[in-house]
Amino acid sequence: MPRVGEPEGGVMVAIRATLRRDLVLLLRRRSEVLNPLVFFALVITLFPIGISPDPELLATIAPGLLWVAALLAALLSLDGLFRGDYEDGSLEQLLLSPQPLPALAMAKVAVHWLLTGLPLALMAPVLGIMLALPAGSYLVLALSLALGSASLSLIGAIGAALTVGLSRGGVLLSLLVLPLYIPVLIFGAGAVQAAILGAGVSAHLAILGALLAVAMIFAPWAIAASLRISING
Amino acid sequence: MSLRLQARRLACERDDRWLFRDLDLEIQAGEILRVEGPNGSGKTTLLKILSGQLADYQGELFWDGAPLRQVRRDFLANLLYLGHAPGVKAALTPLENLAWYQALAGTVGNEDDRLEALAAVGLAGYEDVPAAQLSAGQQRRVALARLELTPRPLWVLDEPFTAIDREGVAALEDRLEAHTRRGGSVLVTTHHALRPSANLRRLCLGEGGDGVTR
Amino acid sequence: MWAFIHKLGSPKWFYAISERLMPWFWVAAVALILIGGVWGLAFAPADYQQGNSFRIIYVHVPAAFLAQSIFVAMAAAGFVFMVWKIKLADMAAAVMAPLGAGMTFVALFSGAVWGVPTWGTWWQWDARLTSMLILFFLYVGVIALRGAFASRDSASRAASVLAMVGVINIPIIKYSVEWWYTLHQPATFSVTSRPAMPMEMWLPLLLMVLGFYSFFIAVTLMRTRSEILRRESSKRWVRELVGEGP
Repeated sequence: MPRVGEPEGGVMVAIRATLRRDLVLLLRRRSEVLNPLVFFALVITLFPIGISPDPELLATIAPGLLWVAALLAALLSLDGLFRGDYEDGSLEQLLLSPQPLPALAMAKVAVHWLLTGLPLALMAPVLGIMLALPAGSYLVLALSLALGSASLSLIGAIGAALTVGLSRGGVLLSLLVLPLYIPVLIFGAGAVQAAILGAGVSAHLAILGALLAVAMIFAPWAIAASLRISING
Repeated sequence: MSLRLQARRLACERDDRWLFRDLDLEIQAGEILRVEGPNGSGKTTLLKILSGQLADYQGELFWDGAPLRQVRRDFLANLLYLGHAPGVKAALTPLENLAWYQALAGTVGNEDDRLEALAAVGLAGYEDVPAAQLSAGQQRRVALARLELTPRPLWVLDEPFTAIDREGVAALEDRLEAHTRRGGSVLVTTHHALRPSANLRRLCLGEGGDGVTR
Repeated sequence: MWAFIHKLGSPKWFYAISERLMPWFWVAAVALILIGGVWGLAFAPADYQQGNSFRIIYVHVPAAFLAQSIFVAMAAAGFVFMVWKIKLADMAAAVMAPLGAGMTFVALFSGAVWGVPTWGTWWQWDARLTSMLILFFLYVGVIALRGAFASRDSASRAASVLAMVGVINIPIIKYSVEWWYTLHQPATFSVTSRPAMPMEMWLPLLLMVLGFYSFFIAVTLMRTRSEILRRESSKRWVRELVGEGP
């Protein structure tokens, strides 16, 4: 039997197929896409009830609240990122593909962001209205969340990959990932606050972009290494 | 002589216990090597090491004479591994599952080939049913369809006969033999007794066996 | 060169050499901490602004230094383990994690105690204390992850990856927290970042820092040795050492 060489352009074929597969999977189980959004809305509802309905007070804490709630909502969906694949054995097959694992892992993370981070960013302005977020900061809120949640997905995927083999990985995952989220939170919420104060936001957004760049350099390798560890049990 | 996969002085220690030590083995073209041993004797671990999934071992692995670590991508492009779990997504149809596996191998493939492969494992008529509605045996057959679909010389199969009915078992045995006749090689663990054949070799792990090839 | 590194990585060789090194670090640690402590607590002049309460600096600053250094050392050990598969490095990383978490706790606690006379409260969201708190969580994460795996080898690798990810993040966290702090509390003065500290004040501090480092090295050597005995208990040299027949 002849030896098989590697087909040309196989990486792109594999990445495209993985993107499509994960999109189809999530869209067939819509509740997994909707749950973080509902959670986001619920948490935001709790704050005025727990603190005070006073619009002035809410407006001052709104940037931080929206960012923290969105961050927790994104965290909620992370545990499932690799777990389904781990349980039915397709993760094993993903690792045995001749294509570079970091690239395939990036495809999975991209789908996670597309169906979690991006919808949360688009939904945040609506919840901003409910928290009396001052006008003029809505676009920055959505932008900072869209940019920041991409970093969150990348960093979170490292944690998800490390804990995917553990039966009670969920709580541990938040313990591992939340401290690493803090810089993104600082600059994300900072951007919204700066927009409210009328200060320039380009510096904040640039730093969020820089954090994303750093995450994109390191995370794929860390995710791939972590997946290889987890598959060993 | 086309020598394929070779292990020299392979040893694996799991949490202070040697699963096997000083294991030498060779799988050449046209051979079936059946790994035997009681539960917990390290069959699955050995298969994972030999398929390049586990890095936690001592000794050396060679693929076509070159150290496996150096030719890993080439090795993976020639390997088809089926593990305990079938690796079939419940929310996808058999066709979609196969399309993804073909893409992982780096080719887009075409629908006709996939339909043909599914028909060959007795799943004609189930192509567009979500895998969640299939039985365990049928899901396993979806995974086995990959043997038809993706031409790879080296098959590493961990308990491939699980949940398969009698006709399916016979068909799979035929398929393994056909593969070796074409010059492919098979590394398999199974509790099922394989038909005796000239190119079948056995490797015993665990107590009493201690890595003897017969 | 390689032979040397692998010799260094051999637990048996390390066990022998550390036995000779350890007493020196213990002596250095005790001497430096005693001298630095007595000097700092009793003889160094009181601070013109904070009076005697500033003396907690002689515990707080060395502990904070050490807490950060241990994380870097732990990540470096993890890197060595991952790249060269030297198990000794992982044993060291495993014993460093609780030690680092302990040091972080000491730094946090002493910072809180210091806060009472300085800020009039046990906790202030000061940039340093906040960074320390996050560092503490990072340590807890590494320890928890190591404990969560059934297989020791996987646990070691996972903890190594997390430590490396953490060490890339520590400077980012540190700078973003500082930036966040200056944004929200520009008026409060920071206790330790004043420049001109007289010689009589910082010399004992230097001794304390060196003493803490010696203490850390001595404890790491000691605990790595017992970790070696635990993990290599099936090896012949260990059984001979503890007096069982081969």
